[in-house]
Amino acid sequence: MPTEHIVRSYDEDLRKLRDMIARMGGLVERQVSDATRALVRRDSDLAGEVVQRDVQIDQLEREVEAYCVRLLALRQPMAADLRLIIACMKVSNDLERIGDYSANAAKRSIVLASLPGLGSMNGFERMAHLVQENLKAAMDALVQSDADAAERVWAADEPVDEIYNGIFREMLTHMMEDPRNITAATHLLFIAKNLERIGDHTTNIAERIHFAVRGESLPEDRPKGDTSAFAVVRAPGE
Amino acid sequence: MSLSTETKGATSGAQSFGGMQARSDAALNDARIAISNLDFFYADNRALKAINLNLPDRQVTGMIGPSGCGKSTLLRVLNRMYSLYPGQRATGEVMMDGENIISDSVDLNALRAKIGMVFQKPTPFPMTIYENIAFGIRLHEKLSKSEMGERIEWALTRAALWNEVRDRLDRSALGLSGGQQQRLCIARSIAVRPEVILFDEPTSALDPISTLKIEELIDELKRDFTIAIVTHNMQQAARCADQVAFFYLGELIEVAPAAQLFTAPKHPKTQEYITGRFG
Repeated sequence: MPTEHIVRSYDEDLRKLRDMIARMGGLVERQVSDATRALVRRDSDLAGEVVQRDVQIDQLEREVEAYCVRLLALRQPMAADLRLIIACMKVSNDLERIGDYSANAAKRSIVLASLPGLGSMNGFERMAHLVQENLKAAMDALVQSDADAAERVWAADEPVDEIYNGIFREMLTHMMEDPRNITAATHLLFIAKNLERIGDHTTNIAERIHFAVRGESLPEDRPKGDTSAFAVVRAPGE
Repeated sequence: MSLSTETKGATSGAQSFGGMQARSDAALNDARIAISNLDFFYADNRALKAINLNLPDRQVTGMIGPSGCGKSTLLRVLNRMYSLYPGQRATGEVMMDGENIISDSVDLNALRAKIGMVFQKPTPFPMTIYENIAFGIRLHEKLSKSEMGERIEWALTRAALWNEVRDRLDRSALGLSGGQQQRLCIARSIAVRPEVILFDEPTSALDPISTLKIEELIDELKRDFTIAIVTHNMQQAARCADQVAFFYLGELIEVAPAAQLFTAPKHPKTQEYITGRFG
């Protein structure tokens, strides 16, 4: 298919939209990685920067949305163009949520830095690493209009859920062993949940890209591994 | 202490807005006209190539495609207009009521009473509004004066023009605005109570408000009539049609319900055309 529109300024418009989303994606990737680093290194200054940068992402989301509305009104897009614009609008929404989760994790890591450490951070590092890899792959798939890559991202969330289940159990154990762990463990549990949610939003992004490129939706049932909702805690000796 | 993870089958209350489908998501009706393997020739030039297309009963079929793609030619086949011109011929089947309407044995006057046509430019006759409509009726039926009056009021009402012209039926149709003239032509078509109405770019000479009135009228008329509309305006096809057919170089490239064709067309050529990448 020829990639150029007859009206060349339309191509410019769509290129600009892709650039905006790519820029937003880059900023969000950095937020996730900085929030993780701040947590692991107990670096409150870095965490503070993450929290402050969140407003930039919110601003970009508003800009993307306004730009999409403008394109819909002025260009009356059809088919692949229409799907791309709608996808960008929804992806910017997912990215904004990912930004929020990162900022929230950063806030909690400031509190954690003032409390005694609670065991190894390996699970968090691994989980954050997986989540960031997927997010980066999703944004690359968007830039390159690669539906196969998007589908791979979509199917790759299960290990994230598994690590989350592990952390969930670990934190419950810490809390049961010593109630003084409850503050730190609760914050860590929320951070793990934030990372897990970031993974879910990343699969949303992958779904949008797949639809934008192919015009068909991925199946409703994605491989999922978060079983913590069904976890039952029993007291000792029970 | 023990921690166990009990996996329970998540109950998915599968709900959807099933009852709130947009017009163009509705299922297509059975064919009123069934076209199969239709070829058309202007002398040696094969202008339509092996067309297979159904016009669903009491629904709107939009025909789109770049100039010279054959969409207007197809309309001209459907009411045998081409028979007026020597050297033009069609082969294949266009079945309506068990009859192949392109066969030589068809009574053209009867056929054109069943399949009406509205053109790009309004074509009022230089006579009164009343006579413009009565003219066509007299070709096919013998009505008393009162029956004629009733029929004309019915046709003008169905064409959403009655309220604007009821007090000046005896005045020249040429004094009407472009949009009114086009609705008069629609009234003239439906006055002979056809079953199918063909619109050949019916709004390309009209202002936006008149255009919307015609589109609203088409939406209204499809309750009783099967409609085919050729249009250069893709948004118009998207707004009016239940089914859209895309033609290119005499071939039917793709036909699909409107919502599908305009959001996720299957054929790359359709995609290029409707997104404005060629044409």
